[in-house]
Amino acid sequence: MDPSIALLTIFVLAAFTGYEVVSKVSSTLHTPLMSGANAIHGIILVGGIIVAGQADGNAELAIGLIAVLLATLNLVGGFVVTDRMLEMFRVKKAPAADSVGAGGGE
Amino acid sequence: MIPVWAQVVYLGAAACFVLALKGLSSPKSARAGNLVGAGAALVAVVVTFIVYDLDNLALILGAIALGCVVAVPMSRRVAMTAIPQLVALFNGVGGGAAGLVAYLELASAPTVFPLAASVATVAVGGVAFSGSVVTFLKLQELITTRPVTPPAGPALFAVSLAVTLVLGILLYADGGDGVWLGALLGAVALVVGVLLVLPVGGADVPIVISLLNAFTGMAVAAGGYVLGNALLLVGGTLVGASGSILTRLMAQAMGRSVSSILFGAFKGGSTAGGGEASDRPVRSAGPDDVAIMLAYARRVIVVPGYGLAVAQAQHTIRELVDLLEKRGVEVGYAIHPVAGRMPGHMNVLLAEANVPYEQLLEMDTANGQLRTADVALVVGANDVVNPAARSSPGSPIYGMPILDADHAGAVVFLKRSMRPGFAGIENELLFDQKTTLLFGDAKASLTALVGALKSL
Repeated sequence: MDPSIALLTIFVLAAFTGYEVVSKVSSTLHTPLMSGANAIHGIILVGGIIVAGQADGNAELAIGLIAVLLATLNLVGGFVVTDRMLEMFRVKKAPAADSVGAGGGE
Repeated sequence: MIPVWAQVVYLGAAACFVLALKGLSSPKSARAGNLVGAGAALVAVVVTFIVYDLDNLALILGAIALGCVVAVPMSRRVAMTAIPQLVALFNGVGGGAAGLVAYLELASAPTVFPLAASVATVAVGGVAFSGSVVTFLKLQELITTRPVTPPAGPALFAVSLAVTLVLGILLYADGGDGVWLGALLGAVALVVGVLLVLPVGGADVPIVISLLNAFTGMAVAAGGYVLGNALLLVGGTLVGASGSILTRLMAQAMGRSVSSILFGAFKGGSTAGGGEASDRPVRSAGPDDVAIMLAYARRVIVVPGYGLAVAQAQHTIRELVDLLEKRGVEVGYAIHPVAGRMPGHMNVLLAEANVPYEQLLEMDTANGQLRTADVALVVGANDVVNPAARSSPGSPIYGMPILDADHAGAVVFLKRSMRPGFAGIENELLFDQKTTLLFGDAKASLTALVGALKSL
């Protein structure tokens, strides 16, 4: 198979997969799900590393490094902020009767 | 060509991204799903360093380190209330990164399809970047949250879109060699992004973030196509597709179509609401009166909104509810799907305050109970109880399902001022005869109510 067509095949299959995986989700999880998906596209970092690592000349290198920096913010920040949000959904230990107002703790 | 083992690792990482998304769509597995995604990304980055022949390693590692040093504290310290704008910001920088990567690949794209893909990515990445920055500014309330239509906005938008298209075609015809043409294309795309998001009103901004998120996903996918990297292709496509459907689900939850959100303000007439406080008479009361109303009610439904979260009053409302329950009052929280700044945001905020899950009523249940409730206690919410969504076709929130607070026996609003809510429109319910207003910061008002209840 022509490599170009192989990639196109992967694209089409991935599109259906993405659609199916998320097609039924409650509104409670819309925000974390959006944030998690947001983190996943931070994988463009791999692309940034490649173009910065193969740059010809300083201008290209500078642009590549900016891409690496931005992609890192997206990737790392995205996963961390999603995790922070999901911490809130953690099943809490059986709440003690006197825990009124003691929650959160920050 | 990179070695087969590395391609297998990339394939594994791509599979993990599918698992991550799958996990994120159920509360039980969400956190694990997110960690699987993060782990896969880490492995993929390490493999990239090993198998590609890269120069400038120190600089690249430095840029990554700098990114981590900025991103981690930002994400860990952000207030729960500010999460939507942070998500918007991260999405924007991702779009920017994809655009820049594609820009660098323009000159070296060998054949027809990759060249077309990189031209498109420069444009889409630019739109996602600038559009996200504008959503960030709106959510941070650094610029007005109301729809902004620049003079000749629709024409300007159409022209910039056309220019983007023409530049794209020229660049493509040029074989991608026109470095300046590429830069110009990116610049015009930035303008398109700004013009796309400016006319979107406050309550609809989250849906646009989701849409731009899908855009960035597609840009990353195209970037993967250009670089011949299947992982970027799969990761980006997954986000593009899941983001598109998520955008539609969110729009449905608000009872509107995506196109009406994007282009509603252009059609005119929908920018109703001057965003100014009205001077019509309202009935306000002190904490003591309100405490009596609540204490002698049989059923009270709390309608929490963003104002509650901003005032950090989650714990105080819990104390109030506990006191009421001790007196035998039946109490529940009515949660609108888009209360807060994003769908599901209020659930996150209340979960942070350890509000028992069983007290949280989803919209349909809540509306059934509001009919029989004696008091609807609206704390820092406005748009989600605005009857204009049912009755005024010209209103920007028309068609959005709301909580029927107006069906309760009496309505108490805890509000800071008469200033309209996030959507910038006045709420008729404030002027209703059965409505009582208690002015003040949500936390101060609730503390006063707790005090008044204790002394009853």
